[in-house]
Amino acid sequence: MDASTARLSARSLTCDRGERRVFAQVDLEVRPGGVLAVVGPNGAGKSSLLRLLAGLLPPAGGVIAWNGQAVADEPEVHRARLHYIGHLDALKPTLTPAEMLAFHAALRGQQIAASAIATALETFGLARFADLPARFLSQGQRRRAALARLIASPAPLWLLDEPTLALDADSVARLAAVLARHREAGGVAVIATHGGLELGAHETLTLGAGR
Amino acid sequence: MSALAAILRRDLRLAWRSPGDSATVVLFFVLTVVLFPFGVGPAAEILARIATGVIWVMALLASLLSLDRLFREDSEDGSLDLLALSPAPLELLVLGKVLAHWLITGVPLIVASPLLALLMQLPAEAYPTLLLALLLGTPTLSLIGAIGAGLTLGARRGGVLIALLVLPLYIPVLIFGVAAVDAAASGLAVRPHLLLLGGLLALFLPVSPVATAAALRQALE
Repeated sequence: MDASTARLSARSLTCDRGERRVFAQVDLEVRPGGVLAVVGPNGAGKSSLLRLLAGLLPPAGGVIAWNGQAVADEPEVHRARLHYIGHLDALKPTLTPAEMLAFHAALRGQQIAASAIATALETFGLARFADLPARFLSQGQRRRAALARLIASPAPLWLLDEPTLALDADSVARLAAVLARHREAGGVAVIATHGGLELGAHETLTLGAGR
Repeated sequence: MSALAAILRRDLRLAWRSPGDSATVVLFFVLTVVLFPFGVGPAAEILARIATGVIWVMALLASLLSLDRLFREDSEDGSLDLLALSPAPLELLVLGKVLAHWLITGVPLIVASPLLALLMQLPAEAYPTLLLALLLGTPTLSLIGAIGAGLTLGARRGGVLIALLVLPLYIPVLIFGVAAVDAAASGLAVRPHLLLLGGLLALFLPVSPVATAAALRQALE
């Protein structure tokens, strides 16, 4: 990834869910190596914002841009540059973490070597569980297997929805280290969080203020 | 294309690791057809008369049985988000899933059908046509079914709704499938019926992935 060209911005984003307006006129900008923490009470639209930025939800108004170019112009290019980790781990009970990582990389159009999978699982302390069907994994281990996607196939934009859910202190520290390396390489991240993850220098976007 | 291969491989692997799910479909097909000789009596001429219709209707219902699961599991565990976030078109991934669905549920139906034809006293000269008609018809059933599965993804009681949506669309496949086999049994030309079955397949091959992908995008919102 090119360190100088990873800038995510959005102008006057508005999000409707059904008849309900979740948030309106949200502006944000994340510069290369930057992290934007999205905070706010339950239901303020943190998850919706991340799904908007991923392109899973169409915005009711506003523009999302990457390096100044609207992502709606080239949605498939945008999808290729992002990792989205939602509340669900997207694991299958009968498939192993190693198989899931290979599958998800292939979905992103990347063929990854077995060594890359091993490295990704090792990073989150899952080396021993690489070939164990996911139904035998604990909640925290499943979460780590999902997070290992971030390492297995590189992408400049990370959209993480409460990434520390179900993680123990050691795993949270691993995630913080992984995030720091991502930023050194010039990547950007938008993270919905209730705190608990050491983000370093970052900007904060508060949703649901004044309600 | 590699994304299509990836989803196909994953779905086949999932089916292989929990074989019960696909076995249910073919067992349902076999058991329901086996009920007919008990229900209408073993008289060969009566069974032979209804054989084609029974086999086709039960193949339709068996295919329907597996549709509810087609996208539901992916939707519930978050995989559908990642499918939609693939740089590859969602239409292509849907095609991969439909192909896997046909291999897992359609092909076993075709394999089991000669046995059931024997049980139902179908004339021997109709066997090749029955296999050929099922080979052309069952992929269309999977393609049509995917649209229904996509549209009912967000709905409660999706299973019943799928049946209401999909069964009317299955009717053309049923008509031409039965007509082909009946024509073969009475020594008439089967080609026109098979061509029509092929035409239905050619129609739904592009229509279904586009319609299903649109329905899935709606469900993701």
